[in-house]
Amino acid sequence: MKSLADLEAIRNRTINKVGLRKEGTEETRIVVGMATCGIAAGARPVMQAFVEELQKRNITNAFVTQTGCIGVCRLEPIVEVYVPGQEKVTYVKMTAEKAAKVVVDHIVNGKVVEEYTIGNAE
Amino acid sequence: MKELSLNILDIAQNSIAANATCVTIQVCKDTAQNRLTLCIEDDGKGMTEAFVKKVCDPFVTTRTTRKVGMGIPLLKLAAEQAEGTFSIQSEVGKGTKVTATFTLNHIDRLPLGDIGQTMSVLVSCNQTVDFVYIHKADDKTFVFDTKQMRAALGDVPLNDPEVVLWMQEYIKEGILSINGGV
Repeated sequence: MKSLADLEAIRNRTINKVGLRKEGTEETRIVVGMATCGIAAGARPVMQAFVEELQKRNITNAFVTQTGCIGVCRLEPIVEVYVPGQEKVTYVKMTAEKAAKVVVDHIVNGKVVEEYTIGNAE
Repeated sequence: MKELSLNILDIAQNSIAANATCVTIQVCKDTAQNRLTLCIEDDGKGMTEAFVKKVCDPFVTTRTTRKVGMGIPLLKLAAEQAEGTFSIQSEVGKGTKVTATFTLNHIDRLPLGDIGQTMSVLVSCNQTVDFVYIHKADDKTFVFDTKQMRAALGDVPLNDPEVVLWMQEYIKEGILSINGGV
């Protein structure tokens, strides 16, 4: 059974990690559209996949967050990736599998997954 | 929407947009009455009486990217197709309470689904907002409160992946432990 005591253990373990985060360079932002359109199209499992991949690969310089409707509801779930110092990349019609590939190729190796981007959608 | 937890995620976004500082989500399973009740309550800016009256209209929205707003109509639909009820109480400056009821064993009642994921998305993406999740199953109750989490975590952010995954397991186990699965 999980308990609140687990959080204190996480706290003790992550204290060093948090320090690194603050000193390190800017973080990459992974933004998932979470309005009605996004949620209905499956944004929640996409966000879940990003969180799990970041955790699995122990990536500390990126975080996942949400936004409202991005405005192209027919292409949801939409994910925007902001790497510091680079142009924003918009991925469309995302799935959990695609999210895993974006983490490996784009977040870890710095190579945009062109085939999932909005430019390739239509 | 395939599960009610997705409706909850969607409706709670309205509370966040209304600048709520605390959002309370309650799920109540009453086997004797054959009722399932969802309640999302916030201390946000609230709505005028006139706006509450028209807010169930899918062509009413506060978003600027589209002229339709499907969040509330979809939850209302989910309740009504399971012979339930839907209501909104709101007061400007006080907050809003959205309540949906369902016939528990109705064939068209959607499953509750993954509340752990819904809560972890809300909590990790809105770290300045407090969330309370109360799950009642007949005479048993499970409560999840971000204030307790913050106290235990100190400086560790609520969107730390390890914390997010803990939250999901904690809630899932909590609901199972009171036999609250619906």
